Amino acid sequence: MADATLQHDTVQHGVPGAYEAPLFGAYSKKVGMWLFLASDSLTFGALLFAFSYNRLYTIPWPTPFHAESIANATIMTACLLSSSLTMVMAVFAAQRGDRAWTRNWLLATMVFGTAFIVLHGMEWSKLIGEGLTIPGFPKPPSAATGELADISKNVPQFPATFFGLTAMHMLHVTIGVIYLGVVAFRKWFLPILGVLWIAGYLLIPADNVFHYGIHALLLGLIVGAVILYLKPKDYDAHDVEVSGLYWHFVDLVWMFIFPLVYLMSTKIQ
Amino acid sequence: MVAQDAHAHSAPQGFIRKYIFSLDHKVIGLQYFFLALTAVFVGMFLSLLMRIHMIWPGVSLPLVGEIKPETYLSLLTMHGTIMVFFVLTTAPQGGFGNYVLPIQIGAPDMAFPVLNMLSFWTTFVGFVVIIAAFFVSGGAPLHGWTGYPPLSALQSAGPGEGLGADLWITSIAIFCVASLMGALNFITTTLDLRAKGMTMMRMPLTVWSWFITAILGLLAFGVLLSAGILLLMDRNLGTSFYVPLVVVNGQVLGHKGGSPLLWQHLFWFFGHPEVYIAILPGMGVASQVLSTLARKPIFGYKAMVYAMLGIGFLGFMVWGHHMFMSGMSPYSAFAFSILTMCIGVPSAIKTFNWLGTLYKGRIRFHTPMLYAIGFVSLFVSGGLSGPFLAQPVLDIQLHDTYFVVGHFHLIMGVAAIFGIFAATYYWFPKMFGRMMNETLGRIHFFITLAGTYAIFMPMHYLGMAGQTRRYSQFTEVAYQAKLIPLQTFITVAAIITISAQIIFVINLFWSMFKGPKASDNPWEATTLEWTTTTPPPHDNFGGVTPVVYHGPYEYGVPGAPRDFVMQNDPATVSAH
Repeated sequence: MADATLQHDTVQHGVPGAYEAPLFGAYSKKVGMWLFLASDSLTFGALLFAFSYNRLYTIPWPTPFHAESIANATIMTACLLSSSLTMVMAVFAAQRGDRAWTRNWLLATMVFGTAFIVLHGMEWSKLIGEGLTIPGFPKPPSAATGELADISKNVPQFPATFFGLTAMHMLHVTIGVIYLGVVAFRKWFLPILGVLWIAGYLLIPADNVFHYGIHALLLGLIVGAVILYLKPKDYDAHDVEVSGLYWHFVDLVWMFIFPLVYLMSTKIQ
Repeated sequence: MVAQDAHAHSAPQGFIRKYIFSLDHKVIGLQYFFLALTAVFVGMFLSLLMRIHMIWPGVSLPLVGEIKPETYLSLLTMHGTIMVFFVLTTAPQGGFGNYVLPIQIGAPDMAFPVLNMLSFWTTFVGFVVIIAAFFVSGGAPLHGWTGYPPLSALQSAGPGEGLGADLWITSIAIFCVASLMGALNFITTTLDLRAKGMTMMRMPLTVWSWFITAILGLLAFGVLLSAGILLLMDRNLGTSFYVPLVVVNGQVLGHKGGSPLLWQHLFWFFGHPEVYIAILPGMGVASQVLSTLARKPIFGYKAMVYAMLGIGFLGFMVWGHHMFMSGMSPYSAFAFSILTMCIGVPSAIKTFNWLGTLYKGRIRFHTPMLYAIGFVSLFVSGGLSGPFLAQPVLDIQLHDTYFVVGHFHLIMGVAAIFGIFAATYYWFPKMFGRMMNETLGRIHFFITLAGTYAIFMPMHYLGMAGQTRRYSQFTEVAYQAKLIPLQTFITVAAIITISAQIIFVINLFWSMFKGPKASDNPWEATTLEWTTTTPPPHDNFGGVTPVVYHGPYEYGVPGAPRDFVMQNDPATVSAH
């Protein structure tokens, strides 16, 4: 397997040894992913800058999160950290050429990622239900009163930065789970995605923001189908490693968001 | 699986796979080129309408009717956006970079051909979306290419600020994604696919310029993407990132506590590197053409590389100089001002080296050479007004006046366009297998050069006299009305210059089909694209990978049989 992947990479670039040694000795896909991550870190950097900017000149910045929210976010963090571990195991298995365990570890990573998304979604719904919301969101009737509703009215920057940052991150985790799903199961993952999308759309009530947010899955389904049509190939150890780079990056971003957005907004007793 | 990929490099069959959804970087490069050509004519038409309205405000024009002040704002917004994104970013990088970079480093294709194709078609969708903004109700947006909120963030701020502005932001977001795909492809290709012997310091300066441009694009467009997403949230989800408490038509809007300065920081963090994204490929082409047609090695190759790296690096630290008037601590303004003027150093190194390259050269005044010299001329005269604007004290007087318009049009607008023209005349033989007409090229050059200076030089005086940009009409204001004759002069010059571009289009399309056949190396240049056939085969070198023994600018080498040594000539040819 390892030999096959090496050969694949050089054939892609023509005759072996016909080129200058690549910088850092990395194959193109890996360089490409690192470059994407560099650019994506700037994208997140801009959002974090927007958060810090708003936070610094909005006085006082509200700190409403109860122990309950923090506990939930800690479990989410644990999920992501565990998923990084299983991702590493998947990369190891792929490098050994162990297809079955590659798939199993990828599946475990996806399960942790999905758990993160679901927990995060429930957290969002709860906060919106308690009144932490931005004007464009559909909201249940209970959202009108309470401490969080006051914050939304008086300091709109708080919910805006919270939802903006975490939505962008949640989108990245969702893309990550779909990415890993395509790497692990290829075209057999698409119907699963389709079923999840329809089920989500039908089951989530219309006054919940995820009734609309679930369409990210449809988008992922379309993009996944296009990519599988253009590159109908078997994914090798390199692909698993590259997808691992992406996954670890998404985890790393959460390590910025968790302290900034949650821990630094804990309710001071 | 291996077999499948090996076959990916055999020529595709069928019209669609060959010319529409092609994976060949040469076809994609041409697609970018023609997209930019379409865009530049749209953008130029808009500027023509603006110039005509400026001196004959009441006149009713074909297609658009009478231009109202808000129509004028739409025109300038779309002119700026289309020119900056779909011409100055698309043509030099997407067009010529795509076509030439892989051949110049000896690669059969880009590192990610599929991504390359997706990048073009995403750009195309972005272009369709922005053109659609003309045709929706309310028309195109009014907020200028910089899209400053609150104007750009409020649906009720003006007629174009409804769906038109949404389409504008969406188009830019799409363009960001496309540019990111393109940029990481360029960087990976340059790092991983250089032929044997093509070390980094043997790369032609064009490759260096596209490489550095791609790094700038990679780091800048992500930020613009974020800024655009927040702007879309402000517009459509009611958040207040950029909008403070606003009263429109006596009505208090729901926004509160946001800061328009946040947009300006994010936008200009992208916006200033974008200026270098537009101009750096022009610098690369100018270096290439000057050296080739002066028959001399480029003066100070390494200095050129480090100067470009320096410009790229400093370009990320000077965004604040666009915001001197927006409220900024004098200490920050001081730092931004010093750093901005530091960019003068690598720019001066480059100019000095270009002149050093020409000095005592055996100059062949072919059209690409004329355009390269024109590029240097515009770079100097447009660049010299930069240090003026870099000083906060002077900027108070000159900010948002025609002085700024004159400055950036000379240096990033027309200089970059001259780079594109030089590249077109220089690589046309390789791209289409025929030569362009020299006489038409020269006429085109001299009218365009003189016209450019006639249009943009007087703008500096208008700016110093206090005429502000983005005003649709000056005829009603007494002290401004005295400047109208100069504006009239500019309009006449613009009409002549724009008409002269018809010569270029005729030359381009006539030569494409009827021009004399080009040899493989008509300019007697040394770089790898001239070692292959004209036009190059599908995999660029017909199944062989070239081996490189020389630097890119070996002209007039003592002891060599000819006055130039091709990069892939065997090592025995020269002592270098």
